[in-house]
This record gives sequence, structure tokens and C-alpha cells, in this order.
Amino acid sequence: MALRTFKGGVHPRYNKDATYAKPIKSMPSPGKVVIPLHQHTGAPCEPIVKVGDEVKVGQKIGDSKASLTAPVHASVSGKVKAVMKHPQSSGVDGLSIVIESDGLDTQDESIRPRDNIENLSSEELIGILREAGIVGLGGAAFPTYFKLKPPAGKAFDTLLLNGAECEPYLSADHRLMVERPSDVAAGARLLMKAIGVEQAVIGVENNKPDAISALREAVRGDDRIEIVPLGVKYPQGAEKQLIWAILGREVPSGGLPVDVGVVVNNVGTAVAVKEAVIDSMPLVKRVVTVTGSCVREPGNLMVPIGTLVSDIIDACGGTQLPPKKVIIGGPMMGIAQYTTDIPVTKGTSGILLLSAKEVVVEEPLACIRCGKCVESCPMNLMPLWIAGYQEAGRFDDCERLGALDCIECGCCSFICPSRRRLVQGIRVAKAEIRARRNAGR
Amino acid sequence: MEGSGLIVSSSPHQHTTVSTPMIMSDVILALMPACLAGVWFFGLKALFMMAVCVGSAVITEAVLQKVSGRPVTVRDYSAAVTGLLLALVVPPDLPLWIGAIGSIFSIAIAKFTFGGLGQNIFNPALIGRAFLLASWPVFMTKWRWPIHEASWMPKFDAITTATPLVLMKYMNIKAPYANLFFGQVAGCIGETSALAILLGAAYLIYQGHISIRIPISFICTVAVVTALFGQDPLFHILAGGLLLGAFFMATDYVTSPVTPRGQIIYGIGCGVLVALIRLYGGYPEGVCYGILIMNAATALVERYTIPRKFGEVKKVA
Repeated sequence: MALRTFKGGVHPRYNKDATYAKPIKSMPSPGKVVIPLHQHTGAPCEPIVKVGDEVKVGQKIGDSKASLTAPVHASVSGKVKAVMKHPQSSGVDGLSIVIESDGLDTQDESIRPRDNIENLSSEELIGILREAGIVGLGGAAFPTYFKLKPPAGKAFDTLLLNGAECEPYLSADHRLMVERPSDVAAGARLLMKAIGVEQAVIGVENNKPDAISALREAVRGDDRIEIVPLGVKYPQGAEKQLIWAILGREVPSGGLPVDVGVVVNNVGTAVAVKEAVIDSMPLVKRVVTVTGSCVREPGNLMVPIGTLVSDIIDACGGTQLPPKKVIIGGPMMGIAQYTTDIPVTKGTSGILLLSAKEVVVEEPLACIRCGKCVESCPMNLMPLWIAGYQEAGRFDDCERLGALDCIECGCCSFICPSRRRLVQGIRVAKAEIRARRNAGR
Repeated sequence: MEGSGLIVSSSPHQHTTVSTPMIMSDVILALMPACLAGVWFFGLKALFMMAVCVGSAVITEAVLQKVSGRPVTVRDYSAAVTGLLLALVVPPDLPLWIGAIGSIFSIAIAKFTFGGLGQNIFNPALIGRAFLLASWPVFMTKWRWPIHEASWMPKFDAITTATPLVLMKYMNIKAPYANLFFGQVAGCIGETSALAILLGAAYLIYQGHISIRIPISFICTVAVVTALFGQDPLFHILAGGLLLGAFFMATDYVTSPVTPRGQIIYGIGCGVLVALIRLYGGYPEGVCYGILIMNAATALVERYTIPRKFGEVKKVA
């Protein structure tokens, strides 16, 4: 039987061999952490500790009154050394709380196994997730509690968990599914309860048979949760493509998964949900894949949020080749960095160090209209036209052609034989269209 | 950070290995069976024609780019492809200097004046052929015996004969399928051997450089229309330049639609035009003009076949 998948897409080299079989290792507590107050979609947090304060693991150190936000917590115990602007993987210098670790990792008093979990209501669950600062761990870092509340007049019928992990090089989700399948399942059940559905599907790309069988074992006897192997194709894990592949439902343009009764969460997020609810441990650490030919000992590390990338690279034996590109995330959608003096945030799924050999900067050639970008676009857009109009400054035409529907997966730029910077141009167009809309308000 | 030496660029950071020069050189590779068949059936003259056409195309492009102060891009092999394709669609006895002029015209007029690679509306090689046919009609319709001749062909004199389509249209003589398939017929240098063309086409499809949408819709349409008009569809598929045109000319990226549905419409359009020209036109063969006319329609076809965006809701009237 053909595996379920989506239309379009590309087949990049997955390059996961260096890490996919490596068990998650806990990184030794770093000497200091830098915890940005804005590492999620929504409003930045305000610091609620000050320089000199003693903090413990799991203690809330930043929060906001905004409706869309996610509080941040101390990931080590120690003393607040500074509240300052610090470079961050998004490219901006964001206000951050610097904590010097005392090396003890003393947990906050509030952290103890929660009882009465069975009796928690949907609202209580969602409230716990908000307080725990849970955001989507797949990369977008969208506050999880926010998308579990359906807008008026809409309702959920299915929970999807995203275990596709279609980004090349990354294996953090893979390892979680293999090593902690029952936590994934527990998180799924809690999320189902939070949104009031009786059906959940975990989609996993078929190149992770060990994850599929581990999850199947973990949900045995619970026929509300189904594990679905998916075709191996990028971007299988893109939200709209995942929903289409698994349920055959099409999220309307400009709409959200809730419009088709679905909420999608990453499998890593499900594990964080389990920890937040059952262990009452807020989101203070995550699994990061550290890989690329420059890394001496590639692997999957459990690291405290706020650990500096340079410290993590040291924990992986340092570099064996001088890196030419440092990427936070995967090679298809990750962000290239100018420094390793940046902290891991809740959305950091991978640290990729590429050598000069892998970083070939090719000048774009003329578009030969081969149409490969059109064929590969999972959103059925015309990348060559949108990027062309962007170059010509014709943003109305970009918008008419659906620039805002672009999910920035990068298939068009990946496949372009003339190495044209298509998705890059479309990003510019999207920013410009949004800026004009805001200006017109 | 200064001195870090790190490259910062927008994602994606990984690319396919397939590049434009690689595609172009693969097209040249895919044309090799047809080139070899041309030399086998028409002798070294065919090889000289290929050399002259490729050489003049590349030199023309390089000179024009140099003179106009643009970067010289002959290393993308696109000019070489144009020159080679032109050589394959002229008669074997065409004087070499005429071939050179056709090649220069292809690059200078049909490609460069439109803005170079990717900007031309019409297939440069076919424009070159159309230009030669209009300028030197006698040379362009003089057909010679293949070296490995076939006894069924009528002899007009010691060396000349006619193409299967001419024999069919005006004398009702049908070339045997085997001769058409292997290439033992009169015709342009690279169009006679269906086998050689199909080998090359299979390579391009295998490499993913061309989709089958255009060639299959093109060829099937010719078969259907000729059959509807009481002719032998298999003969029409194998005879003349249909296979070469369908797999190597109509699939030219630049001059065919980029939209999947548009490619099918375009292929059907090519097929209808070719069949009608062959059946009712003033020429026995219509592949060149059929494709050129559809080239002109490409932008229009694209405009009406923009794919439905994922998640796009049909507007309720």
C-alpha cells in the first residue's frame, strides 16, 4: 500500500545517520544560562526576578499579561547575574536573564508529582500548560495552551501528533519516540482531554520503523490513538501537509487547523505536556540534535533552555573542522548564525555545523522556467512568479498569487537548478505585504 | 560577527545537486544516440553540420554577451544545445555555411534579442529552422539517401529521394515501420531514427529532467487526430520529426508552460496543429510550426492553468 503523504515536496539527503541511533544524553549542567524573555510567538515576557536573586530549577522568572505569550522559567539553580540584551538565534538581541549556576540543580518547591490528574478539567489542564510555558517544540514555538482553546463556534474532533521529523539531520523527535514512547502517549492523552476529543493520530515518517513500533507498543490497548506511517518526503511535517496526509482535510487558505477540527502538536511537545501536568515540571529543558560534519561527537542532548550553543558544542567534543555555517534548526528551514554565543531556546531543535565543503555559495543563474518549483511547492503556488514579481517590486501581484500562503519550506529554492533564491524572495514579499497592510490600518 | 568567518544566509541551506548546466549537458548526452544515428545514416557530413552549428551558436552567444557587456554564460551549455538541435533538424546535404547562418540567427535573433536564456518566447532552434526554410527552401527540402539504404524507396536520381511524409502525402507510399523505427529513411539529420530518439528521451525522463506530460499528450493527440481522419497513427508517430520534436523541442523549458495542466494543454495543442498541418497544410510536415505556434500561446496557457492553491476555497458566486 502506498504510504500517506502530500502533493509536491522534495527529497533532500536526510543525513541523519550520524545521530539517529544515538540515545539522548543529558548534558552536564552549564556554568551559566541565558534565558531570553521572548522565545515564542506572541508577547515578550517581563522579568519577575532581579539581579542578585537566587533562583531554582523550574521557578518562573518571566511572564506577561498579554493573552498570547509563554512564561519562562529558570533551567538551573543559582544566582541571577544580569538582565540584559543578548544575541539570540532569531537574529535580534533580546532581553534575557543570565543565571550563574550553582551546579546543584535544586528544584523549586512547587515541583512535585501532581495528584488528582484524573479530575483535572480541560480549563485546568490548559492553565497548567500556560503556566508551564509549553510552546510548540517543532521550531515555531507557538504557545501550546493558546491553540488548545477553539475559537467561538469551532470545535476539535482530532488531535494530531507530529512525529514526521522531515528536516534533514535532525533526530531529536526520533529519539524521544524511541526512548520515551509512553511519555508521548501520556502527553497525547492529556492533550486529548484538554481539547475534548476521543481520537488522536501520531504521524511518523516511515524511515523511523523503530519509533513506529515503540509507539504502537505504548498505545496498545488504547484504540483511541493510532500510529500512521507516512511517506518519506520533505516537508511531511508541515502542519497543513500533515493534516492532508493523515486526514485528507485541507486547511483553508489563511485559516488554522481548527477550521478543519484539528490541532497539531509535535511529539516533543507531548512529552513536555506530560512533564508539565504529571510531574508539574515547566519547560526548562529540551532535546537538541547536535550534528554536521564539523562536530566531533554528534548526538542528541537533553539541554537546559538557555545553554549557550558554544557550551553545547564543547560538550560534544568540540569541532573537528572549522564550521562555515552554524544553523539553528535543520538545513531546510533553520536560521544561520553569525556567532555561537547564543542560547538554546524552546524552539531549538537542532544545532548544525557545516564545513566549507558543504557550504557552497552558488550565484543564481537565469531562470530557465523548468517548472520544478511549481511541481515541488506543497502549497501549489507559483514560486518563480511570486519571486519574480518581488524582484520587480510588484507586491500586489505577489499577494494575488498567494505569497501569504507560502509556508517557507524552501522546496522551491532547494530544487531550483539555477539556484535562484525563490523562497528568500517570497519571504521579502510576505514581509512587505504585511507591512503595507499594517500601514494601511 | 567580524572574524568569525561564518556565512549567514537565508534558508534553505541545502540544495539539490541538479543544476542548469548539468541539465543542459544531460540534454546533449540524451541527443547522442540521435547524433550517432545521423552520422551512421548520412555520413561524416552530419558530424560536420553538428560541429558547425554548435560552434557558431556558442561563438555567437559569447561574442554578443561580450560586446554588450554582459557576463558570458556559454558554460551553461544552453547555446550548445540550441546549435545541436538545429543541426539535427536540417537536411544532411545542407551546405555548412547555411547551417552556420541558421545557428547564428537562432542565438542572435531568437534568443539574445529577447533577453537571453529563459527570456525567449520561441524555441531558438526551431526559429533557426523556420528561418532557413523561408530563406533557402530548395536546400531545406532536398533529401538524400541514407547510407544504409532501403530498397522500398523510390529513386528520383542517383542521390535524392523524399521523406516518408512526402511519399505518403503525395505518392501514397508508406515506409515500413521497421525502417522508420531504426531510421533507414530520408529526413533531417537527427529525426529519422525513432529508436535513437526514444533512447535519449528515456534518459531525460529517468533523470527527471523532463516530465512525460508534454511529449505524451503531444504524441497521443497526433495519433488520435490522424486516426480520426482515417490515417495510420503509428506511421504518423514514427515518421518525420514528431518524436524528436515532442521529446526534445516541445519540452524546452523556456518556451513551454511551467504549470502541469498547462503542459498537457500545450502538448495537445501541438498535436492538433501538427496533425492538421500534415493532413491539410501546404507542408508535408508540421512539427516545427506546430510547436512554434504553441510557443506563442504558452504565456496564455499558463495564465489560465495556475494551479489551485492548497486550501484555496472556491469563490461562491
